[in-house]
Amino acid sequence: MSLRRIMLFSRFERFWHWTQVLLIMTLLFTGFGIHGFHDLLDFKTQVSLHTAGALGLLVLWVFAIFWHLTTGTWRHYVPTTNGLLKVARFYVYGIFKGERHPYRKAYWRKHNPLQALSYLALKLILFPAIWISGLIYLFYPVWGGAASGETLLWVAMIHTAVAFAILMFIIIHVYLLTTGESFKDHVMPMINGFDEVELTKEEEAYLEKDEPQNIR
Amino acid sequence: MRSIVVAFLTASLIMAANVQAEQKTDVDMNFRLDKIVEQPTQRSDSNSTADHSKFEDLKVEFTSGPEVTKACLKCHTEAGHQFMKNIHWTWTYENEKTGQLLGKKHLVNTFCTNSRGNEGMCAQCHAGYGWKDESFDFSNQNNVDCVVCHDRTGTYYKAPSTTGNKACSIMFEGKQSIDLTKVAQNVGLPARENCGGCHFYGGGGDGVKHGDLDSSLIHPDKKLDVHMDEAGLNFACTQCHITNKHVWTGSRYDVIAKDTEGTGKPGQRRDVATCESCHGLQPHPVNSLANIKLNNHVDRVACQTCHIPTIARGGIATKTDWDWRTAGKTKDGEGYKEHNYTQGNGVHRATYKSIKGDFKYGENLVPHYGWFDGQMIYTTIDTVFDPSSGPIKVNRYTGSADDENSRLWPFKQMHTFQPYDKGNNTLVYMHLWGDDEDAYWGNYDFGKAIKIGMEKNNLPYSGEYDFVETYSYWPITHMVAPKEDALACAECHAKEGRLQGLQGFYLPGRDSFHWLDIIGLLAVGLMFFGVFWHGFIRFVTHKARKQS
Repeated sequence: MSLRRIMLFSRFERFWHWTQVLLIMTLLFTGFGIHGFHDLLDFKTQVSLHTAGALGLLVLWVFAIFWHLTTGTWRHYVPTTNGLLKVARFYVYGIFKGERHPYRKAYWRKHNPLQALSYLALKLILFPAIWISGLIYLFYPVWGGAASGETLLWVAMIHTAVAFAILMFIIIHVYLLTTGESFKDHVMPMINGFDEVELTKEEEAYLEKDEPQNIR
Repeated sequence: MRSIVVAFLTASLIMAANVQAEQKTDVDMNFRLDKIVEQPTQRSDSNSTADHSKFEDLKVEFTSGPEVTKACLKCHTEAGHQFMKNIHWTWTYENEKTGQLLGKKHLVNTFCTNSRGNEGMCAQCHAGYGWKDESFDFSNQNNVDCVVCHDRTGTYYKAPSTTGNKACSIMFEGKQSIDLTKVAQNVGLPARENCGGCHFYGGGGDGVKHGDLDSSLIHPDKKLDVHMDEAGLNFACTQCHITNKHVWTGSRYDVIAKDTEGTGKPGQRRDVATCESCHGLQPHPVNSLANIKLNNHVDRVACQTCHIPTIARGGIATKTDWDWRTAGKTKDGEGYKEHNYTQGNGVHRATYKSIKGDFKYGENLVPHYGWFDGQMIYTTIDTVFDPSSGPIKVNRYTGSADDENSRLWPFKQMHTFQPYDKGNNTLVYMHLWGDDEDAYWGNYDFGKAIKIGMEKNNLPYSGEYDFVETYSYWPITHMVAPKEDALACAECHAKEGRLQGLQGFYLPGRDSFHWLDIIGLLAVGLMFFGVFWHGFIRFVTHKARKQS
């Protein structure tokens, strides 16, 4: 076993991540604007941006889902209880004692168990909740005629509640970037794709032989 | 010096003459003032194949209206009987859905209250000759007034069919006589001033009743009405209110609040005056997300709601409040007027008249909004109401957010205090017009005017009257602004927007779950709080470790 810098976040994954950042930020900003929390843009612009952003994000997600399935990357998100408590204990206690993070990234397991579980929840619960409620909201004219005037209220409520939850995720997600050696160390992998990973001999040998550009 | 004196005297004489003319022509009651139609508007769509001045039958000296009509009917053989089915002739409308008997002949309104019994004055706006009382012959087609609608000289007008009390009749003195032969030889399709001669003056004066119909629409610019714009499309009324055998579309007694048919099949729809019948069901060009969203509004929001941002925009005010309770005050035994409102075009409007009471006006008014399915329910003369249950809606629109056939519509809301029968709890007919001792206009006695008004129509009257607060609602559909002046989204999609008072539906930007917002913001706040303290403790413990 040796610690090596390898290409962990491929070009598409980084594109997906940062486009998603841009779109989600736009959606949160315009969404809360439409909701009435601010009027920094006029309503028409907010609605147009929100709709365009949402449709863009849906297209991106279609590609991302396809990518997860075809590349097998979905395996990074399979939940496990193995080491989960250790990581949780680290964040509520060990981190203050200066302990080392208990998790080592592996070639086929780049997220720690807590991280994997929260990303999985984000992808399987919050994201579907926001896009399903969003599409129902967007296509209100298709079903709204026959529905009671109050129905939209419930759709809007779910959509808003999930938006709050996603905002909370973002806060903790960004905060956790500060918990490593440095903020930069945590961000760089998502920029140049390279991160330190504990490789088995076989993995290391494979990468050095077949994908030398992906290992430093 | 002498010339100066002469000039001064001449000027004084001219001024005196002007003052006199002003007194005679009351702007609050000026049905077709001559000056308004000095220049008849041109219809842009006229393609007549006949020149009526060349017809031998019209080259005669006409001495009365019915003679002209007889001449018209010689060629237009069916026009008389066709027109006699028209509400402009019958003044009666039976609503098949509600069974209510409506029309000017029957209704009580929130302005001069009733034309019934006051035909001597009110039937000036009846498209017939000589209706002054119950004896009028509705079956005689020679009584139809063709030229009031078809005159294209701009010189034809109608005067009251009976002489009222001198307190009122003075207003109609000194008018130019009409050259009926010239009028008959210059007939054509009606233009705005023809219809407007009555419809612009409903409620007893310019712009009084509707708010979206007043004499500013005779020569409007694009800002005032994008369709009637004289320098542009220059629409006449009948270009939307299309006709079929002298019966035309677009009655407010039977409103199509939601047209789901649109432009229909090739050829022109002849059955509706809706916006959709020309603009279709997807009226905004599908070239942006915002426009697609606007098209998505069509099912719940009437075109008029966004495209008529305000009413009474043409410099002419509309009446918003009328208080009959103060009517009847006199000075030295004579009725009087106060003109304390100056409207946009500079004309002073009466704020008090002894014959009518106190008024308030509005211009550039934001309409009242409500869910409307096209149905109006009227408080008719025989409707018993409970005056203690709050203001009476003399007409009430029906519809709701839950009904997919209802749309949000703009209305002009009229607020009035008017007499009612205190014993029977009904509205009353008043005997207003007449050269007798009982007519209110001249004698200022509500008791007598109501007693006679009810008696004349064999209606029960308890003998006791009081005043009741009423509202009436007038659907708004004219004064369509250019698209750049249409309402911005945030006019409604905002916490304190135009639809603030309407409940029963979720309006993005206006509505939210208050507790959800509080929980959501609290949770986000706690998250910030949590990461802040987590970070702070990390910082402190890290420092402590470094020191040790």
